Amino acid sequence: MSTKAEFVTFRIGGQIFGAAVADIQDVFRPHSIAPVPRAQREIAGLLNLRGRIVTAIDARTRLGLADRPADAPAPLAIGFERDGETYGLVIDEIGDVISLDVGALEHNPVNLDPIWASVSLGVHRLDDTLLVIMDIDKMLGLVGVDASQAA
Amino acid sequence: MDDLLSDFLTESAENLEVIDVELVRFESQPHDKDTLNNIFRLVHTIKGTCGFLGLPRLEAVAHAGETLLGRFRDGALKVTPESVTLVLRSIDRIKELLAHLGATQVEPEGDDRELIAALEAAAEAAPQAADPAPPVEDLMAEMALDPDIPPEGEGRWDADQKRWLRPGEVSLADLEAAFRAADGPADIVNVKQPESDEPETKKGAVGASTIRVNVEVLESLMTMVSELVLTRNQLIQMVRAKEDSEFKAPLQRLSAITGELQDSVMKTRMQPIGSAWKKLPRIVRDTCQDLDKKIELEMEGETTELDRQVLELIRDPLTHMIRNSCDHGVESPEDRVAAGKPATGLIRLRAYHEGGHILIEVADDGAGLKTERIRQKAIERGIVDPSEAHTMTDQQVHRLVFAPGFSTAAKVTNLSGRGVGMDVVKTNVELIGGTVDVRSKQGEGTTFLIKIPLTLAIISALIVGVAGQRFAVPQLSVIELVRAGGEQKIEYIKNTRVLRLRDRLLPLVGLADVLDVRGGGSGGGSGDGRAAASDFAYVVVMQVGETRFGLIVDEVFDTEEIVVKPLSKRLGQIVEYSGATILGDGSVILILDPNGVAKSVAGVERSVRRAVNAEADPETAAVQKMSMLLFRAGGEEPRACPLSLVTRLEDLDASTFESTQRGMVVQYRGKLMPLVHGAGMHCIAREGRQPVLVFGQGEHAIGLAVDEILDIIEERLDIEIADTAPGVLGTAVLKGRSTQIMDIGYFLSQADERWAVATTQSDAPQPRQRVLLVEAHPFFRNLLGPLIGAAGYDVTIASTPEEAMQRMTRSGFDIVVADADAPDFAAKLKSAIEQSKSPETALIPLSSRGDCEAGDIGPAVAKSDRHALLNALEWAARSRSRAA
Repeated sequence: MSTKAEFVTFRIGGQIFGAAVADIQDVFRPHSIAPVPRAQREIAGLLNLRGRIVTAIDARTRLGLADRPADAPAPLAIGFERDGETYGLVIDEIGDVISLDVGALEHNPVNLDPIWASVSLGVHRLDDTLLVIMDIDKMLGLVGVDASQAA
Repeated sequence: MDDLLSDFLTESAENLEVIDVELVRFESQPHDKDTLNNIFRLVHTIKGTCGFLGLPRLEAVAHAGETLLGRFRDGALKVTPESVTLVLRSIDRIKELLAHLGATQVEPEGDDRELIAALEAAAEAAPQAADPAPPVEDLMAEMALDPDIPPEGEGRWDADQKRWLRPGEVSLADLEAAFRAADGPADIVNVKQPESDEPETKKGAVGASTIRVNVEVLESLMTMVSELVLTRNQLIQMVRAKEDSEFKAPLQRLSAITGELQDSVMKTRMQPIGSAWKKLPRIVRDTCQDLDKKIELEMEGETTELDRQVLELIRDPLTHMIRNSCDHGVESPEDRVAAGKPATGLIRLRAYHEGGHILIEVADDGAGLKTERIRQKAIERGIVDPSEAHTMTDQQVHRLVFAPGFSTAAKVTNLSGRGVGMDVVKTNVELIGGTVDVRSKQGEGTTFLIKIPLTLAIISALIVGVAGQRFAVPQLSVIELVRAGGEQKIEYIKNTRVLRLRDRLLPLVGLADVLDVRGGGSGGGSGDGRAAASDFAYVVVMQVGETRFGLIVDEVFDTEEIVVKPLSKRLGQIVEYSGATILGDGSVILILDPNGVAKSVAGVERSVRRAVNAEADPETAAVQKMSMLLFRAGGEEPRACPLSLVTRLEDLDASTFESTQRGMVVQYRGKLMPLVHGAGMHCIAREGRQPVLVFGQGEHAIGLAVDEILDIIEERLDIEIADTAPGVLGTAVLKGRSTQIMDIGYFLSQADERWAVATTQSDAPQPRQRVLLVEAHPFFRNLLGPLIGAAGYDVTIASTPEEAMQRMTRSGFDIVVADADAPDFAAKLKSAIEQSKSPETALIPLSSRGDCEAGDIGPAVAKSDRHALLNALEWAARSRSRAA
């Protein structure tokens, strides 16, 4: 019998990503983000989530994608907690929670963009699309960020 | 951990601290029975509890220590520094054992026989008192112990411990009885010594009404109150928006209560600073023993309270400073006596409140800082460059002791000079938003001053806006708020903005520049050069350490009490911020770190500081500091010329250069400009680009072609060798490299006949004569200043007769070279010289028209005729030395 794991799916640009349900604190609509001058580009800024200061990280910038078009629907953010600090990953759209076979995770294709490869744990083949499983710590830039990616 | 054990550990730790202090006092006042009793009682308590908890090693050490103390108490043994050291050693051993106990809950392996033997030997060495009974009786009474206890030395069986008592030991049952009979320890002291003013003994009375609370509980309480304060602020803002709300009255009450709660919780975090001082007497004592010095430590203001977080952070810096004062501050007794001071040095530690801050002074009455030694050391260590060091005031030099990597200890002792120095103190103090400073007077002593905020958790902040975004500036570093514009307008030195503030030049930086945000903001904040600055700007005058600067912002909102929240790990490395906070309206704003901002100001501040120095101390700074343009022209070594001589830096197309009979020319701004090259005409490029320094005076522009423009630096120009090579004024060390200072006048003369002057150097007259050059035109100031200097004179420069007169009243000059072009210059100076201390000073008038007569002073020397000027100077100098 194979082990199943649950993933929350979300869309950044055209790509569907997945993150382990257990990792995710909550999903919220970010508003009035205060930018942090002099911070790295992917830092969207700070926001107030129920009295807590959340560091928001823009997933598009982090992944080297184009900025969100002006007419796009308002973005969402996924909240994560790491070392007592709250982070928000700003994404385009949230999807369903799906259950996947752990054994079915495939390695990153070798020709995957290095930034993407650094934040991807592997790929799941779904019926109609590919699901990239995201390494949240790396995505948030908390571990294993070398200078070239952080820039 | 066992409750009993942990209580014992906490209590013993406190007791031991007291013992340290008391023992040191006891050593100096061996006849103070109360002190001895107090020590005895504390050691006894530790020993008793050890036995109760089954800690044989501790008990044995404590017992041996107690026995020796008992000898002191009986008067059987004279108190000597050696014996006190021995007792202190036993206390140290007890501390070690306790530390191990705290970590592992068991006593460490090992034995203390050697120490115990030493203690016992010291105790035995005592000649037996002829009749020990009466003093013991006395003491027992004083201790409120049961006098029935027989004198020590008689072996007795203790039923509770199932063993024979050691010499001087009291059975547990007796002890129990004695303690029950006794009033609280506080009372003993108060009853026995009602007239005592000692703070230690007073503190005892407070002890009874206090309880121990875990620090974590206090911390979480503090966090919750902080949140409550924020929520209240939010509510107030919401209700304020409504015209009349039923919530208003209850909210007001809530607000008041929250405020009080906040105050109370803050109070729970407050601790008297004395608790950080307890170790110090012991440190001073040990240091004195090691160094063979005699130092008395005087403490004042122990009860001054401050946040325990702050307290923890200043504990180590303070210890270090005290050690430092003992080691470097106070001289040896012999030196002191030789200097006519009492052999015993004094270190005064003082703490007091001053407007939201605590000030701590560490003052010694030692020899004071050795200014020259520090200056020399700072140069050796590369902390300041030599030229800068010599223009610094004594106060500035003294502050160099806080520079990283600075330690003046001639010999490395085990106390200080271990690589960490006052810079660590400074860093630690600045970490908590404090500042350090030093004042010193040769022969009279040195005072270090620490200024720290009362608390860290909630701070008062000024909310400012730039580029449409708000930021919080900690009020602690804000000195004042200035609206610049109109009379008080922002001025420029090159592209550096400064503000004249009460006769001081204040360096300015735009917050927008610091944070690299532009657009959205109006005017002042987003100033990248002159054009962007509007007439009006808000300037937040800030002080960080010794750096004072103005921060230009777009908007200023009000001040708010904010709760500092740390930034996430992801943002921690940005030095400009110290944290973030949520404002009353729910928005998140960043808190600027004044230290971080100051760092980005440092460059600006450096250049302005010179200007400030020049104002404050014109004698030393005015002439030497000069902006120099570094370039390469033929050869690898850099060459330089005063930047102020250069009108423009150009990069011209070499194909547009034309050869004429008189040399190369180029079409430049609609006129023909002669071109020369620093290393000869053949070096001028024939194709591609050619960097050219354009010198212009009036109608005439002259281009000096160079190989490469290297840098612009600001340095004290000290021409060392008057070089005889044509076109070179001399050599100066700039940026650590020997650099030829170009004689621009020579090149100008090559290019334009009007500038034709002889290039031979005159022999420098002996000794160096002091020349005051008074010249209105900056071009000539910069041209002639180095020229006269290079000819071997000591030059001081003034730009107005008024300035010149000021200089003259301060110091005498041999020769005054004055601009005769400007109206009244020469005449004013002539009368000034006649009224000055040295009326025989020679006056050489200068004119741009070589042939003119300067009033009644005589024929003027042409400014462009360097040869004539040098001859005139030499002539004047010779006649002066003949006269003298």
